Amino acid sequence: MAQRADPVTRIAGIAAAGLTVAVVLAACVGIVSRAEPGGFGPGDGAAIRFTAMQALLSAGFSVVLAVPLARALARRQFFGHGLLVMLLGVPFILPVIVAVIGLLAVFGRNGLLNSVLGAIGLPELSIYGLHGVVLAHVFFNLPLATRLLLQGWQTIPAERFRLVAQLDLSPRAVARTLEWPLLRQIVPGAFALIFVICLTSFAVALTLGGGPRATTIELAIYQTFRYDFDLTRAALLSLVQLVVAGSAALVALWFIPSVGIGGGLDRVPQRWDTRGGVQRWCDVVLILLGAAFLLVPLGAVVLRGVAGLPLMPVSVWQAAGASLGVAVLSIVVLLLLALPMAGWIAGRASGGVEAIGLFGLSASPLMIGTGWFILLNPVVDPVALALPVTALVNALMALPFALRILVPRLRDTLCEYGRLSAALQIRGWSLWRWVILPRLRPQVGFAAGLTGALSIGDLGVIALFADPDRATLPLQMYRLMGSYQMQAAAGAAVLLLMMALGVFWICDRGGRWHAAD
Amino acid sequence: MLRIEKVEITLGRFRLAADMTLEQGRKYAVIGPSGAGKSTLLGALGGFVPRTAGRLTWQGQDITRAAPGARPMTMLFQDNNLFPHLSVTQNVGLGINPDMRLSTADRSRVAQALERVGLSAHADKRPGALSGGQQSRAALARVLVQARPLVLLDEPFAALGPALRNEMLDLVQDLVAETGAALIMVTHAPDDVRRIADEVIFVAGGVAAAPQPAAALMDSPPPELRDYLG
Repeated sequence: MAQRADPVTRIAGIAAAGLTVAVVLAACVGIVSRAEPGGFGPGDGAAIRFTAMQALLSAGFSVVLAVPLARALARRQFFGHGLLVMLLGVPFILPVIVAVIGLLAVFGRNGLLNSVLGAIGLPELSIYGLHGVVLAHVFFNLPLATRLLLQGWQTIPAERFRLVAQLDLSPRAVARTLEWPLLRQIVPGAFALIFVICLTSFAVALTLGGGPRATTIELAIYQTFRYDFDLTRAALLSLVQLVVAGSAALVALWFIPSVGIGGGLDRVPQRWDTRGGVQRWCDVVLILLGAAFLLVPLGAVVLRGVAGLPLMPVSVWQAAGASLGVAVLSIVVLLLLALPMAGWIAGRASGGVEAIGLFGLSASPLMIGTGWFILLNPVVDPVALALPVTALVNALMALPFALRILVPRLRDTLCEYGRLSAALQIRGWSLWRWVILPRLRPQVGFAAGLTGALSIGDLGVIALFADPDRATLPLQMYRLMGSYQMQAAAGAAVLLLMMALGVFWICDRGGRWHAAD
Repeated sequence: MLRIEKVEITLGRFRLAADMTLEQGRKYAVIGPSGAGKSTLLGALGGFVPRTAGRLTWQGQDITRAAPGARPMTMLFQDNNLFPHLSVTQNVGLGINPDMRLSTADRSRVAQALERVGLSAHADKRPGALSGGQQSRAALARVLVQARPLVLLDEPFAALGPALRNEMLDLVQDLVAETGAALIMVTHAPDDVRRIADEVIFVAGGVAAAPQPAAALMDSPPPELRDYLG
């Protein structure tokens, strides 16, 4: 029998949800107060078209490529299988700008690929523009799609595969009877999720796009804001972004699968229907290509970066300190919002309120940033608030993921122990202190780690607000790249990578350490 | 005494009516076919199952709308009677103070209760490290420190073997004798009824019948009960 959340938790949860909505609505008010119809610039139509186009292509490629890769991973057991599947989870918390450095090292002008092409006399490929943006998005989202599909494959019970082997079905027949129904269920959701993520892409477009033919709406907001300081047009673009991303997120909400970022994907059920020969070789090649696509850029970052570590200016260390502060603050804000909200949602029969969490995702970071800048500008110097606003926005971005992590476990806890807690009159703070938090520690640690890593690697709002004296590490890295100090930037990338993974590891481990079953 | 005045429970198409008085210091067995509503009756007394009509009074005071923890009763469920992440001592301590702020006197009461159920050596362990019987003892130690005038058992020992179950029932019997509490227990076993109960509440056909003396009832059961006993 499910138990209702106790009154204290409910009130705190409603307050947290109200605060979340208020932050986004206030940003909207700021934007609407400045937006005037007809304020579009010449490139804005192109930006809208490009945003949709790159998101479609990115989602399409990610999902289409993920299908054979996930299929190969689902039916082949090999040394390092578990490690590879775990590494597929890394891009989710990988700072975008670190990945960009890695991709530049492989696909850039002086990169690996072009030196090979040059050696055999083929023309040089450029990574900048539409294909670069799509390439980077596929780098991030192919692993995500692969993991989502792998999750689906694992829902097929082993008995089915036994039956398939018993009937000696051909691979085509297996695909038709088992795999096709599965794909039909999962692919639309994975596509929708990646499409929405790519719609609000900023850092990738900032570093690999740009120019009139490769500017996303998010990037256009930034450029209008930074270079023209045209708040009216920035507000109008933000409004467009809100409508585009918001409506896409609303539509996608019906498809988006539950994001399982946790473990458990590394086991391969025994299969009797796999074949040798061509099928086997295809799988091997696919897995090798997939692993290389993921690992070579990461390896390149580390290789180049270690050499660049001594070349980093002091400003990098200052920025690293600021990033750490922002990450800690955003973890605190996230937990203060997510825990009461999760408590409230878990005590309700239907989980519809979880949609409030998605509010933050559909409203893009730069849209919220612009709105708050307009609101704050007349009152205080927004630049002084650059870091706290960044932390707040980062927490909002992590909120939907945190809720998806916390709510199921919290619901189970209330189901199992709500009656006993009620019988013992354990309520309010005592309920959290003695029952919920100890039961939820692994989930809280995971959510905090995710938030910290995303926040440390985030290059978004900070780019709007910052002045030369204030920067987070990703922004400082971007500045180094802009001034062609690529060695130092690569060094900073290694530092950033270590910090993001380190924060995630510490929180996740801390949560699971000595945790009760 | 606990008055159950024309209480009605409706859960979907399921209905249960009860009207009876339960005296302090007596031991009641609740028996009846599966799905008849034995657990539901206990749940309603404990405040976990909403009733649609009637009222509950304890010593003349209306407790119909009291929160589960504010009622003069302590209840053991079929499972999840202990928090797995807390030690045995902490689990028992929650019975005294839900904020776990325990005075020295409280602490010694917890220790005494653990001593009484024979768990002193396991006080700092978590429930997962205990056997099924020891877990039941830990839950009973909490019942002891709570010292409420009514003890409700919803088959908490169902997962134990017959010998262990009898051991637990004897312990429960001793504990309620010491505290003077009334015992209301759901059971499937006619042996349990003979072993412990003074009176029997037979639940069948949507009605929880008023308690009747156990020995007489079991010796010459009415047709409905005879069908159930087989």
